[in-house]
Amino acid sequence: MQTATLHFVDHSPMVALIGNPNCGKTAIFNALTGSHQKVANYAGVTVERKEGKLSLGEPGKTLRILDLPGAYSLYPRSLDERVTHDVLKGLAAGEKRPDLAVCVVDATNLRRTLKLALAVQRLGLPCVLALNMSDLAEKRGLHIDPQALSAHLGMPVIPTVGIQAQGVAPLKAHLIERFLNNPAPLQTPIVNAPLDDAPDSHDAQRIQRILRELGLDHIQPDTLSEQIDHWVLHPLWGPIILGFVLFVVFQAVFALAITPMALIKDASVALGDYCASMIDSELLRSLVVDGLVAGVGGVLVFLPQILILFFFILVLEESGYLPRAAYLLDKLMGSVGLSGRSFIPLLSSFACAIPGIMAARTISNTRDRWVTIMIAPLMTCSARLPVYTLLISAFIPQTLVAGTFSLRGLVLFALYLMGIAGAMLVAWLLKRFTSEGSLTRPLMMELPSYHWPTAKNVAIGLWQRAKIFLNRVGGVILLLTLLLWFLASFPLPDEHFHGQPIEVSFAGLLGHALAHVFEPIGFNWQISIALIPGMAAREVVVSALGTVYALSSQAGDITSTLGPMLAQSWSLASALSLMVWFVFAPQCLSTIATVRRETNGWRMPLMMLSYLFILAYAASFITYRLALSLGLG
Amino acid sequence: METYQSLAKLPKLEKAWVKTLRPQASQNLLARQLEEIGFVPGEQVQVLSKALIGGDPMVVRVGQSTFALRQAEAQLIEVTQEP
Repeated sequence: MQTATLHFVDHSPMVALIGNPNCGKTAIFNALTGSHQKVANYAGVTVERKEGKLSLGEPGKTLRILDLPGAYSLYPRSLDERVTHDVLKGLAAGEKRPDLAVCVVDATNLRRTLKLALAVQRLGLPCVLALNMSDLAEKRGLHIDPQALSAHLGMPVIPTVGIQAQGVAPLKAHLIERFLNNPAPLQTPIVNAPLDDAPDSHDAQRIQRILRELGLDHIQPDTLSEQIDHWVLHPLWGPIILGFVLFVVFQAVFALAITPMALIKDASVALGDYCASMIDSELLRSLVVDGLVAGVGGVLVFLPQILILFFFILVLEESGYLPRAAYLLDKLMGSVGLSGRSFIPLLSSFACAIPGIMAARTISNTRDRWVTIMIAPLMTCSARLPVYTLLISAFIPQTLVAGTFSLRGLVLFALYLMGIAGAMLVAWLLKRFTSEGSLTRPLMMELPSYHWPTAKNVAIGLWQRAKIFLNRVGGVILLLTLLLWFLASFPLPDEHFHGQPIEVSFAGLLGHALAHVFEPIGFNWQISIALIPGMAAREVVVSALGTVYALSSQAGDITSTLGPMLAQSWSLASALSLMVWFVFAPQCLSTIATVRRETNGWRMPLMMLSYLFILAYAASFITYRLALSLGLG
Repeated sequence: METYQSLAKLPKLEKAWVKTLRPQASQNLLARQLEEIGFVPGEQVQVLSKALIGGDPMVVRVGQSTFALRQAEAQLIEVTQEP
């Protein structure tokens, strides 16, 4: 009866991949489906849903492959495990119950990974066991007889090597043979098994028995991983190595991105110029050049940094280092009420808060995820850099401190630190003053064996990140950019007006009104106006200041002309106050839009907006007043 | 002679075997989770590393896999030094 209520456009049979985290399931998924993947969310929850297609070799005949979130058991604890549980039972909204479950197990760790396969089998789904990492098992002297194992388990057993191109061929062949001559989906009776209560220890005994009979019950130490871990997890050397790794990643993100960023910038300027020369109507030209091209180009320019950062994150993740970094940082994060798991989203936020907030999905604890999202915008994203660069070069003298450190470099470093300290403070306050915050949550994080990352998996991961980011640029960000262009351009000034048109626009009026609010923290009306278009992307403030101060926004090197102008018209106290404002202020509407999407509501984004605003205002106020009292006005 | 102690107190790199999980009423879920990731009676365990401050968290090898655990979690696992 249950199947009658489901309506699907795609009637192809569906295969679900299921397995423990770190068993190589995603590598098998990539090998089976290549680039034919769709990444979306499950209905109603922010759990990533990955589906791909495997061609059965005859026109029009394909197999849908669903990569379920990794789980240790079918007992639904985290959001991920709930989805896996529901899909396998046919309970998930809008999901067809799979026709076949491919249970991926780690051949070097059958004792633990077989448990899930037995639990899936008990649901009454037809199962196939993919004996993954079979090459590693062989290498370690574990000779597994697939036929014998299959006889014990009552399901086909196919050895696979997910990270090799040919390593998945037997599984592929099995799937094709199974479904090609079976056009009607296999009938799978819904077994309403109880929530899998008792059988855990029972399964453990059964697995123990099987392994003993197959001569696989001895423990094979993974000596290489243990040797690496001896250093990487060392109480003293571990943190030093981590610090070095982070340093290299950051250096690379900034150094390697310079050329592609300049290219994107030049291309968007050239495109703007070209459009400007093609369009006669002044208003339309402004819409296309100042609104569309400049706005989208201004966000797109961060793609290289985001991709480079994600390249490193993916490589570190694939190699198995990231969970170790999270372990090393757990104590530090724990002191402010977070766990090591928040480390990856926060690291991503240094490129851009948007991928960082999306990466917070991997945090299973709702409260931790929530706090991580809240503090992600305080990590200094790369969009703040152009603003910092402009202000620092205009106001901070190029002198050496203690004979070695550049004062400008130190100020930049201090701004980064201020963001981190602010984030820690907010997290600590949330720990201190919320009831849930003081509870310690389990860590229980697996540290998988080290692997060489494979180019294919890294490339697919990068491609997916890029697609998500570009979709966003094409959607929300484009809309916001156009809205802000409208605010900055209308109403049009009448003929007798001699100032800059932006002054009489909606944004200008708003800026003049805001100037009263910002006067106590040292911002004049020019700054207040520039902050409004800056809501599209922080670095737009630079070109907006250029507009307000009547400089051509088309000049490629705006910093060199705008800097001296600002140095003349602002006090040092105002400049410092503005820098501090940029550390904390909720300046980026795209981030707010992302938070709304990720949390399914307006409560969180509104809370984020207000707390960041209060924090920024207070910090700028203190900075400004302190600077004034030191005679820097 | 058999000696029992909690995994949290096991010296670094010393081999031991899981005896039982202490199912404290409020922490049933925790015990269950530990069981799922491989802390079942008879399984071999070894503490690989402990954090510099207070030994919390710690890295534990259980069977063929390695997990990072908090002291609070390790305290739920009773181990014996003989298989």
